[in-house]
Amino acid sequence: MLKKFFPNKILNIKNKNFNILIILTLAVVFVGTVYGLFISPPDRIQGDSVRIMYVHVPASFLSLGFFGILGAISVLNLIFKIKILPYIGKSIAPIGFVFTLLSILTGSLWGKPTWGVWWAWDARLTSMLVLLIFYLTYILIWKFLENFNAANTITCFIAIVGSFNIPVIKYSVEWWNTLHQTSSITLTSAPTIHYSMLIPLIIMILGLFLYSLAVFLMRYKTELIKLKLNKKNKKIN
Amino acid sequence: MLTRKAKSRVSLLLVLLVTFGMVIFFIFKSLEDNLVYFFSPTEIHNKMDISYKEKIRVGGLVKENSINKDGTSINFIITDLKNEIIVLYSGSIPNLFSEGKGVVAEGKLKDKKLLIADKIIAKHDENYMPPEVKKALENNQ
Repeated sequence: MLKKFFPNKILNIKNKNFNILIILTLAVVFVGTVYGLFISPPDRIQGDSVRIMYVHVPASFLSLGFFGILGAISVLNLIFKIKILPYIGKSIAPIGFVFTLLSILTGSLWGKPTWGVWWAWDARLTSMLVLLIFYLTYILIWKFLENFNAANTITCFIAIVGSFNIPVIKYSVEWWNTLHQTSSITLTSAPTIHYSMLIPLIIMILGLFLYSLAVFLMRYKTELIKLKLNKKNKKIN
Repeated sequence: MLTRKAKSRVSLLLVLLVTFGMVIFFIFKSLEDNLVYFFSPTEIHNKMDISYKEKIRVGGLVKENSINKDGTSINFIITDLKNEIIVLYSGSIPNLFSEGKGVVAEGKLKDKKLLIADKIIAKHDENYMPPEVKKALENNQ
């Protein structure tokens, strides 16, 4: 599976295929937005502010997922020293960071009219803030540490340590009393979201995932081109 | 499949992960009381070391027919269906505050049955449904 991410495969992606991905992303996000804002009904208690969920839940979901991937490739990276893994991690992290920030901001916008407060130091919100800090540290070390090998090792450990936070975020609402409600979609029981709200939610998850994929490919390709140029420059010198 | 170097890295990583996991677990265990956002009336009832000077949060459901309003001051009962706590409060209340719904009240306990609150936060549950479905469900009952 990793072979798909080898440099020559990525560098050979045709612009045409890339444009198809972007158009598909825009189409899915457009359908999800229209469905979420106009077709799906308001909630019986929250009213129209329920629509914030169609961005909040996909953003949270993806930010957790991407950090999980970051942790997994960091383990592989430390053990097998596969050369492309640092570049994959480096390309995923900013996407996860933006989604974490988006999740916190949309949550805050929803919290004010629903709970009556913008922020609460409950376990779910706090652990999400910790995730944001982990993402930020990961990104900043890549940015400011000039020694590649040192940056690679440190970021791997940050990603692995931060991965312990992922189950804490996921289960915080069940382990402790939190202001944040428990999950509406679980693997074990029927969702507690009415299907008219579940459909736009799933479309938006798909849309934001496609968006992430497009941004990831762009960033990863840029990293690989930079790498190639560096090698060339070294040869000339 | 694994080279010797890779094998030693795997074992080192495993040891580090297990140690770190245990440290985290014990930190969380010892912080348990600070990690909960609120206590339920039953937890307050069973709690030995209650401070009547420090602020505390109590959460549960607003008991049906328990809300009494008098100008800006309001009193109601928080219940977890086993134990109850009376809450006295004056000030603005969130829109979603209503009988039978989740609530968190922050303030100082007078005794185990009475809370003088200075902040009321509404809690939303994990159920999402349009108004028509809600009505249909009620009609079926």
